[in-house]
Amino acid sequence: MRFRAFRSVPALAALMLLALPVMAFAQDDAPTVESLAESVGGLTTAIDSVWVTVAAAMVLLMQAGFGMLEAGLSRMKNAGAVMAKILINLSIAMLMFWATGFALGFGTGNDFWGTSNFFFSATGLPDAADTVYSANTASITSLFFFQVAFCAVSLAIVFGSMLDRTKFAAYILFAIPFAGFIYPVVAHWTWGGGWLYQAGFLDYAGSSIVHLQGALGALAGAIILGPRVGKFRGGKAVPIPGHSIPLAIIGVIILWFGWMGFNGGSSLVAFNLDFADVLLNTNFAAGAGVIGATISSLLMFKTIDVSQMGNGAIGGLVAITAPCAFVDYWAGIVIGLVAGLLIPLVVVGVEKLKIDDPLGALAAHGVSGIWGTIAIGLFGTAERMDPVIVGLLEKTSREGLLLGGGAGQLWVQTYGVLATMAFTGGLCTLVFMAIKMTVGLRVSEDHETSGLDISEHGMFGYPEQFIDVPGATPEATHYRSPGSSSDPASSTKPATAS
Amino acid sequence: MKKIEAFIRHEALDAIRDRLAHMGLPSMSVSEVKGSGRQKGFTESYRGATTTIFLRPKLKLEVAVDDSDVDRAVDAILELAHTGEPGDGKIFIFDIQEAIRVRTGERGDVVLAPHPEEANA
Repeated sequence: MRFRAFRSVPALAALMLLALPVMAFAQDDAPTVESLAESVGGLTTAIDSVWVTVAAAMVLLMQAGFGMLEAGLSRMKNAGAVMAKILINLSIAMLMFWATGFALGFGTGNDFWGTSNFFFSATGLPDAADTVYSANTASITSLFFFQVAFCAVSLAIVFGSMLDRTKFAAYILFAIPFAGFIYPVVAHWTWGGGWLYQAGFLDYAGSSIVHLQGALGALAGAIILGPRVGKFRGGKAVPIPGHSIPLAIIGVIILWFGWMGFNGGSSLVAFNLDFADVLLNTNFAAGAGVIGATISSLLMFKTIDVSQMGNGAIGGLVAITAPCAFVDYWAGIVIGLVAGLLIPLVVVGVEKLKIDDPLGALAAHGVSGIWGTIAIGLFGTAERMDPVIVGLLEKTSREGLLLGGGAGQLWVQTYGVLATMAFTGGLCTLVFMAIKMTVGLRVSEDHETSGLDISEHGMFGYPEQFIDVPGATPEATHYRSPGSSSDPASSTKPATAS
Repeated sequence: MKKIEAFIRHEALDAIRDRLAHMGLPSMSVSEVKGSGRQKGFTESYRGATTTIFLRPKLKLEVAVDDSDVDRAVDAILELAHTGEPGDGKIFIFDIQEAIRVRTGERGDVVLAPHPEEANA
C-alpha cells in the first residue's frame, strides 16, 4: 500500500504547487503531520527498495563472475559447457524460488520452514505481512529479487568442484531440489526467523547460509562424481591447468564487485547508512584475503600462484560475509587474512584426500564460510551486535570470545554451522546419489576426453581451437606490406575485414 | 638409424614418453596434428546448422632411434597407444640418412645416444 501511495506523490506535489495561491486562503488543506508522515514513509520505502534492487542486480552479476572463473579454470574443450551450466542453473533457481523457495525460506510458518506465499504473487500486495519481512521498509518484490539472486549464487558454487565431467542433465536435476527446498529451508532457520535465529545465531549475509551450503553441495558432488580422468596418477595429484588465468581473475573481480551488493544490500535498508560501513569491512577482508593467500602460496610452493591469489580474494570475501556488520575493521582484516592464509593449505589438503576440486570451491567457500561464521563468536562487538540481538531478540548481547565476552556466541555459531553441515551435506549427498543411480551424474570417459562442449552440446566454446572454421584464418594476400602504407585503400581497411 | 613417426591419441602420450625414457630413448618431438582415417568424423552443430568435421586432432610423435632399438620402441608404442577402437593411430618408419648434433657438429649414431648424465640416472 505504501508502495502504491508513493507513486502518486509527484502528481500530488504538482497539484499542490498549482493550488498554492488557493491554499494560502484555505488553511484546512495545509499538510498535516499525518499526511507528511505518510509521504516520508513512502519515500523511505522507495529509497530502501531502490538500494535493495540495485544490490540484487549486482548480486545477479556475480553469475558472470562465476562463469568466467569456472571457464577460466577449466580446459578449453569444456568452456562452452560451463556457460550452459551457469545459464540453466540461474534460470531454474529463478523459477524454483518463485514456486516454493521464497515461501519455504521467507514465508511465515514454523521454526523449521515457512509455509505461506507459495507461487509468490505481486498482485496480492502487500502480502508482506505474510512473510518475515512485515517490518521491513523495502518493498516485498525488491526483497524477493534480492533473495532469489542469493539462492542462485549458492547454486552456482555447487558445481565449481564438478567441472569438466558432469552431465548436463545433472545440473537441472540438482538445481530443482536445491533451489526449491534445501537452500530455502536453511535460509529460513536464520533469515526467516527460524530456530537458529531464535538461538541468537548470526549470519549477516550468508557465509554459512549461502557459501557453506554451496560448498557442501560441491563436496558431496565431487566425492560421488570422482576425479577427472588423469587427475591422480600413481597416488599423486597432477596439475590440470585452467585455460585462462586472465578470464578467471576478471571473474574474481566481478565477484568482488558483486559482493558490494551481496553484503551491502543485506542491510535491506538504505536509510540508516549501515551498508557503507559493511562495505568497508568487506573490502578490507577481501584485500587481506589476497595478501594471505599470496603469503601462503609463497611459503608453501615457493611461487606466487595467481589462481590461489584469486581464491584468496574469494576466501576473504566469503569469510567476512557473516561477520561484516558485527566486527570492527581490524577484526575484519584478521578474518580475511586468516581465510587467505588457509586457502593454499586447504587446496593441497583436498587433493591429498583424492578429491578433485578444479575451482577450489571447498577451500574458498567451504572452509572460509565455516571460519567466517565462527569468527563472529571470536570478534563480534557488543556495540555492533546489540541492535540485532537485544533489539530483536530481547536477549543480552554476547561479545566475542577474544574480546572477553566468553564462549556463548561462539557456541551458537558452531552449532549453527554443524546443523547446516548435517542438513545440507546429507540432503545434497542423497540427491547426487539419486541422480547417479537414475540418469547418471558423470559423462562417459570417451565424452570426457573429447570435452563436454562437443559431447554434450555438439559445439565448441572455442571452435577455431579445434576444428577448421570457414574463413577463420585471414588471407595473407590482404595483409599490408611495408611498401603499401601510402595506399589509401589498404591503410583504411583492416586486414581481417576482407 | 630409423625415424619412427607415430600418430597417436593425446591420452597415450604420457605413458609412451615415460616408457621410452625408461628404455634410454628420451629424445622425441611431438606435434599437434589433425587428420582423417578410419575413425568417423563428428558433427558440429551451431545455431541449427550442422557440418561434419572429418579432421580429428591427434599427436604426431617422432623418435629417431638406432636400428637395434626400433623393435623395442615400436612395441612400446603399440602396447600403450592401443585401445582397440578406430582412431588409435598409425606408425611409420623411415630411414635416416644422417644425424647431426647442432651444438657440437657430431655426426652419426653418437647423436642418438642419451646425454651421459641422463644415461647414468
